[in-house]
Amino acid sequence: MTTLDRSTATDAELGPTRRDLGPARRERGVVNVASHGFLVVWGALTMLPLLWMFLSSFKSDGEILSDPWGLPGALRLENWARAWTEAHIGRYFLNSAIVVAGSLTLTMLLGATAAYVFARYEFRGRQVVYYLFVGGMMFPVFLALVPLFFVVRNAGLLGTWPGLMLVYAAYSLPFTVFFLTAFFRTLPTAVAEAALIDGCGHFRLFFRVMLPMARPGLISVAIFNFLSHWNQFILPQVLMQGDDSKYVLAQGLTALAVSQGYQGDFSGLFAGLTIATLPVLVVYAAFQRQIQAGLTAGQLK
Amino acid sequence: MRHGKYPLIITFLLPPLALYVLFVISPYLQAFQISTTSWLGYSAQADPVGLANFRTMLHDDRVWNAIGNNAILLAVVPVLTISLGLFFATMLSMGGRGDRAGVTGVRGSAFYRLVYFFPQVLPVVIIALLWREIYHPNNGLLNGLLRAVGLPAPTWLGDPRTAFWCVLAVMVWSNVGFYVVLFGAAMSAIPRDIYEAVLLDGASRWVTLRRITIPLLWDTVQVAWIYLAIAALDGFILVQLMTNGGPNFSSDVIGLRMYETAFGSESKFGYASAIGVVMFFLTLTVAVLALRAARRERIEHS
Repeated sequence: MTTLDRSTATDAELGPTRRDLGPARRERGVVNVASHGFLVVWGALTMLPLLWMFLSSFKSDGEILSDPWGLPGALRLENWARAWTEAHIGRYFLNSAIVVAGSLTLTMLLGATAAYVFARYEFRGRQVVYYLFVGGMMFPVFLALVPLFFVVRNAGLLGTWPGLMLVYAAYSLPFTVFFLTAFFRTLPTAVAEAALIDGCGHFRLFFRVMLPMARPGLISVAIFNFLSHWNQFILPQVLMQGDDSKYVLAQGLTALAVSQGYQGDFSGLFAGLTIATLPVLVVYAAFQRQIQAGLTAGQLK
Repeated sequence: MRHGKYPLIITFLLPPLALYVLFVISPYLQAFQISTTSWLGYSAQADPVGLANFRTMLHDDRVWNAIGNNAILLAVVPVLTISLGLFFATMLSMGGRGDRAGVTGVRGSAFYRLVYFFPQVLPVVIIALLWREIYHPNNGLLNGLLRAVGLPAPTWLGDPRTAFWCVLAVMVWSNVGFYVVLFGAAMSAIPRDIYEAVLLDGASRWVTLRRITIPLLWDTVQVAWIYLAIAALDGFILVQLMTNGGPNFSSDVIGLRMYETAFGSESKFGYASAIGVVMFFLTLTVAVLALRAARRERIEHS
């Protein structure tokens, strides 16, 4: 009712142009219904697979095989328990968390310090070193895979978590340095100058003044790196072969899919996938604004 | 104030630089060198063979087949993803029943964005394994629906005619939401009076999108294009987990070819590195071409 009143008021206000509005407005009414229809369809296309995965994780294998669209007959939590313990999804989850905690800390520390130097200090060769870092964004990781395998092996880090952490961090540096250098450059110089005049040392200036000021940029890039490290697949697949007790989650799920293939344990696979999805879903729902802003900012730079 | 500058530069720059040179720069440089050797297996023997690997590649049907598939991805995925992204972003930010000049978002647009964006944060491994089950010929979601309405049930990933397109569809599915949000953010930066003015002049939605929105969003579309083009040259995870390049190499991509050559049964490190070098130049070419093509049409606004 209120919308209607307001639109009439608008028409009256507009007066002479009112007739011109006619066709456009009618067209908009039609588009409105259609647009909502398209939006709902795409929403369903996005949600349905995930909902199906969730529901199938409670079904018995018989139910999955006979009726893909049916609802589970009972809440079979034993599927989840089997995936958690027998397929070791719980352990892989913890492994991933350990690796990402280490690699993310390393990336942020090394990325922020390097970016700060590039943004705030003049020294000979600065441009060259900066472009050396940033140029890494251009290279496909496939190119490096073979030699990287041997570099990591010669360093004695093949099949170890510290090896993965160092490699993840190294490959995240180009973007992190690029993004944070731009961010540090936008911060006002007056504060830093005042602090230096007051006798604040260069190191204290960074940790006490500049780092807190750069917080929004640091958060954006940390979210970006967290997701990219958590979703990492090809690097662990090459560098973490063999000992499956150290697998990260992506490898664990792949292993589960392979064993499901010949054991026919469909419900176990769905339970494993659901367990792996839930924390991502929870984090996403809680931080969706920051995640969307962080990822799109990352793409735009 | 010069005092104390260099200790900081050295402590702050050396550790990241050392890590970066060791794990990124040196492997990239070595890759170019290895690509000119006949290095096979885990032996230390790597004889220099010049450009022989690249000559072999010219007659390697599997490599050409894989590059052909990447070319299809390159031609289809960016266009489809950007079109759908622009379409939904427009609907969300301007599809609302306007009480003034029709430039409000639809009701629940925040919820749509929340849902659409989710595949972007989902690990690609989960996306690949889930869709493999959806395409499953017997107990998959898709064939369950087709059978229910009485249509024939194809084998999807098991059929060389459809397998590649099934993977392509998943690639688009998982990317669209991100670009809806990206374009939506860029659209919200366009001043509303522009839209109100053109709508008052009686411009249709399609004209508004084509003449106003897309030109003003051009920088963002250009960035999207480059990222999607680079993603289209990859596709490794989806292909490896959904079809492993099959059936009969019908869904193979260049990344998988390189991976199989190096870490499959043969361990042809020299040849695999040569494929990697080709991938690098392909990526570089595509990025440069996309940048140049976009720059020519760029419209300046202030």
